[in-house]
Amino acid sequence: MLQRPDALVTLDNAGIHRGGRWLVRGISMSVDAGEIVTLIGPNGSGKSTTARMALGLIAPDEGTASRRRAIRVAYVPQKLTVDWTLPLKVSQFMHLTGRVGADEAQAALAATDATRLTHAEVRTLSGGEFQRVMLARAMARRPDLLVLDEPVQGVDFTGEIALYELIGRIRDELGCGVLLISHDLHVVMAATDRVFCLNGHVCCSGTPKSVALSPEYRALFGNRAASTLAVYEHDHDHTHLADGRVRHADGSITDHCHPDDGHHHEEPDKERSDA
Amino acid sequence: MLDDFFTRALIAGIGTALVAGPLGCFIVWRRLAYFGDTLSHAALLGVALALLFEVNIELAVFAVSGCVAIALLLLQKRAAVSSDALLGLLSHSALAIGLVVLAFMTWVRVDLMGFLFGDILAVSKMDIAIIWFGGALVLAILAMIWRPLFAATVNRELAAAEGMNPGRANVVFMLLMAAVIAISMKIVGVLLITAMLIIPAATARRLAPGPEQMAMIAAAVGAMAVMGGLFGSLEWDTPAGPSIVVAALCFFILSILPVPARLSLVSREEGRSCDEFNEGDTRS
Repeated sequence: MLQRPDALVTLDNAGIHRGGRWLVRGISMSVDAGEIVTLIGPNGSGKSTTARMALGLIAPDEGTASRRRAIRVAYVPQKLTVDWTLPLKVSQFMHLTGRVGADEAQAALAATDATRLTHAEVRTLSGGEFQRVMLARAMARRPDLLVLDEPVQGVDFTGEIALYELIGRIRDELGCGVLLISHDLHVVMAATDRVFCLNGHVCCSGTPKSVALSPEYRALFGNRAASTLAVYEHDHDHTHLADGRVRHADGSITDHCHPDDGHHHEEPDKERSDA
Repeated sequence: MLDDFFTRALIAGIGTALVAGPLGCFIVWRRLAYFGDTLSHAALLGVALALLFEVNIELAVFAVSGCVAIALLLLQKRAAVSSDALLGLLSHSALAIGLVVLAFMTWVRVDLMGFLFGDILAVSKMDIAIIWFGGALVLAILAMIWRPLFAATVNRELAAAEGMNPGRANVVFMLLMAAVIAISMKIVGVLLITAMLIIPAATARRLAPGPEQMAMIAAAVGAMAVMGGLFGSLEWDTPAGPSIVVAALCFFILSILPVPARLSLVSREEGRSCDEFNEGDTRS
């Protein structure tokens, strides 16, 4: 793969060798500023390993992993438990790895609908609440690169859609690159620019639609998964950007939203009106 | 003032407690109590070596405990032995080797009980200087590494991903622990150092609304335990080091008793912030 000069993070033919076998091998990918890249794949396919390489938490045993110098990273790990011996309020958790402005912290908590949790003890939060707080903390850092490992765990389906929309909004507002690991094979968010489907190696990659249609993806997850992915795209086939323009699922951007301009696949259904 | 042995004991003990409290919080948060035990048992080996080579005891204890801490860090990375078994093995081996080496040195007369259970009533002005200057240095360094160390305590990967260098903070913390063991050995002895580290911190848990406050409350509780223990030891003629630990335990038991809501620091704090929030809500 060609090195992109403006990529935030680049993996070039990277692999991790542990306990006599390759967890992942030959991973070439990059995340640019303002782009949402999603990693999907079955359990044990190396999604988290790949993300940890991209974050610099583990060094590749083969190939290279490089990040642009002095980028600000925000990471939302898959699992974070706070010990009961640790008294920690949400308001204090917001400053965990660096002081953020009070306004920024408040705005981020408001954006994730977590304002009422500001003075709660972190360890008393439910899974979904903590997920929103972690996202708010990451957002308040105003990162260049936001890495989310299975952010919708413990969140119900409507919350899941809202969370994906929020991630899209964070990208639009901050212009940051987003690397997202999705545990949910059926729901890959429509705002994703590129999908890398992993199975120990990059099995296929491209726009969500092209990946869903690719024979490798169908071989890995079956036809049913591919069709549900397409259905989900119909629900959210466009996003309204901060400047009023509309980004469509196929990546094009128009000034207005017309149901019959060819970017849409069918009329928005009832779920759309809820959102 | 410093000519009175009891005053010297009070000043030395309070100095030790002020340092042990904040450091003890991290030991409680990171579940390192057993680790602390291992380091403090290794201190006896440091004492033996200091007597053998005729060097300063505090420095020798710091060096030996520090080496054991770094060795444990490296071994844990290899992770061939479960760290629980590893700590148990090292902890008691270090204690045993220390006792054996001391027994071999028939030409030195050592007060073994003093090293095992503390000899706070025998602290000198020099000891006080070491405790207060060394303690101030330990606290200053702890304040410097507080954010990365705390972030790594909550989640190591998160801290590393966001550029906090938790590995370095970890090594520095281990050395601080070795330093605290070196300066507090004289107060409570190698067998009871861990108690001075974790009991005040555990007591502070119930009272503290946040991590920084917990560190400060732990320091205060430790200082009160030293005062209580020393006056108790004077009153009832009990050994000073163990009396301090018993006093700390009494404070801990008090802290876990159910408190009427109007007296509890934490619930009042929470109640107030809740009210503030509700007011803010109705205004907006």
